[in-house]
Amino acid sequence: MGSGEAVEQVRAAVDAVYRADSRRVLATLIRLLGDFDRAEEAMHEAFAAAVEQWPRDGMPANPRAWLVSTGRFKSITTMRKRARFDASLNELAERLEAAARETGGHDEDSVDDDRLRLIFTCCHPALTPDARIALTLREVCGLTTEEIASAFFTSPSTVAQRIVRAKAKIRDAGIPYQVPALADLAERLDSVLHVVYLVFNEGYFASSGESLTRHDLSGEAIRLGRLLIELLPEPEAIGLLALMLLHESRRAARTSADGELILLADQDRSRWNGDQIAEGSALVERALTMRRLGPYTLQAAIAAVHAGAAVAAATDWPQIVALYDILVRADPAPIVELNRAAAVAMRDGPLAGLTLIDAILARGELADYGHAHSARADLCRRLGRTDEARASYRRALALTRQEPERRFLERRLQELAFHSRGAGH
Amino acid sequence: MKYLCLIYDEEQKMAGMSKSDGDAFMAEYGAFTASVKSSGHYLGGEALQPVQTATTIRSRNGKVSTTDGPFAETKEQLGGFYLIEAKDLNDAIQVASRIPSVKTGSIEVRPIMVFNRPA
Repeated sequence: MGSGEAVEQVRAAVDAVYRADSRRVLATLIRLLGDFDRAEEAMHEAFAAAVEQWPRDGMPANPRAWLVSTGRFKSITTMRKRARFDASLNELAERLEAAARETGGHDEDSVDDDRLRLIFTCCHPALTPDARIALTLREVCGLTTEEIASAFFTSPSTVAQRIVRAKAKIRDAGIPYQVPALADLAERLDSVLHVVYLVFNEGYFASSGESLTRHDLSGEAIRLGRLLIELLPEPEAIGLLALMLLHESRRAARTSADGELILLADQDRSRWNGDQIAEGSALVERALTMRRLGPYTLQAAIAAVHAGAAVAAATDWPQIVALYDILVRADPAPIVELNRAAAVAMRDGPLAGLTLIDAILARGELADYGHAHSARADLCRRLGRTDEARASYRRALALTRQEPERRFLERRLQELAFHSRGAGH
Repeated sequence: MKYLCLIYDEEQKMAGMSKSDGDAFMAEYGAFTASVKSSGHYLGGEALQPVQTATTIRSRNGKVSTTDGPFAETKEQLGGFYLIEAKDLNDAIQVASRIPSVKTGSIEVRPIMVFNRPA
């Protein structure tokens, strides 16, 4: 081939195929070769072969199928070479070759199934939550270990070790590469949704550090959520995607230009993302019409009610409290009760909310949860109980690890000092 | 693959059961064992005598020591096991989740190590 320009074009095409399809190729190779590491190696060899051969021979009609079949046969060839030192590999190569002859090139139909298999395997409840997150971001999303490490403020070697251990457990404990049977689907889907939501929250609420939001992780979680409902449109998967989109829609409004936290009630609602609200609200509608209401759908429904209010004062608090009543039954967690109490305070006044929060705190479950104390402080402030408000803000301040939140609480404390001095005059 | 399902339960709770509850529990075990035998999962299984009957043995520097009781004191005690043949971990979890003690105690599922035998 004479033209350097044409070669460049094919190179760019290989890059584009890598970005769009490398995860699909990997998912199928894991099924065909029965091993994560072998599949990864095979995929890289296949792309290396593409860089070499496509400029010379032209793009294949179906690049993805070409990559899968090339990766598969390269892996079998490698296995045959290594079999000289390890006889057991010969048997395996034999078996894989026979399987390849049987299916021929007709693997295309199961491509979606392979991606779903990969997700369920990476999120298997027999793996630790940390390992599920690392493995999902690495294998399903294609993030590098360095990217995952910097997103979670940990070292690449820690992330790499987590992934190595998880892969070893998948292999040694016999975690299968399959979509669970219908009887187990609900429980196993919970585990998948939980991983996606943890990734989103890490990007949205950033549990520690300077920056309040780490956009990339949230974007990655939303992409995962979209993939999931494309492959498996279960009501709670739809509910989770809706919830993430509705939270994400407020991103631009929830921090000021200098990085300060802005509460929902004080946000400039014209800065909310209308497209995301429309998409999220439509997904809520869709999830609500399906069989059963789960916690993600209910939280999304609450977020949609907020999104529907043009100004904070127009919020339909009775509707929100009604949704929380159902949510508390579906997911009786103390944090859900706390949020319900805050909604009750908006519907029935601060005293009603304070009574509920004090009852929750008295049970001790949220004693070390900063938001419980800042919510209490806010209600005390509105009731004019300045000393109590100050004590609760201080307690919240001692518990937060987040820089913008710390500054927010300090501002509130200063305002209290100012008001109480003012009242004294 | 072979898996060992280790059954942990609170012996005191078990011992405190009424006769009719105890009989019903044993009947559940009987039904479970029959079902894993007919499904082809069953390779073996036994119940153990209570933990007071346990003896722990160690040998250090050639000196054998024998002590009363289990290796570790825990709230739940190892009370029995099933050795099963399962397609994969999901299959093994399916089986283990039907062991009657899953409702009162817990089941630990461990794959059996396979050593490469020399040809």
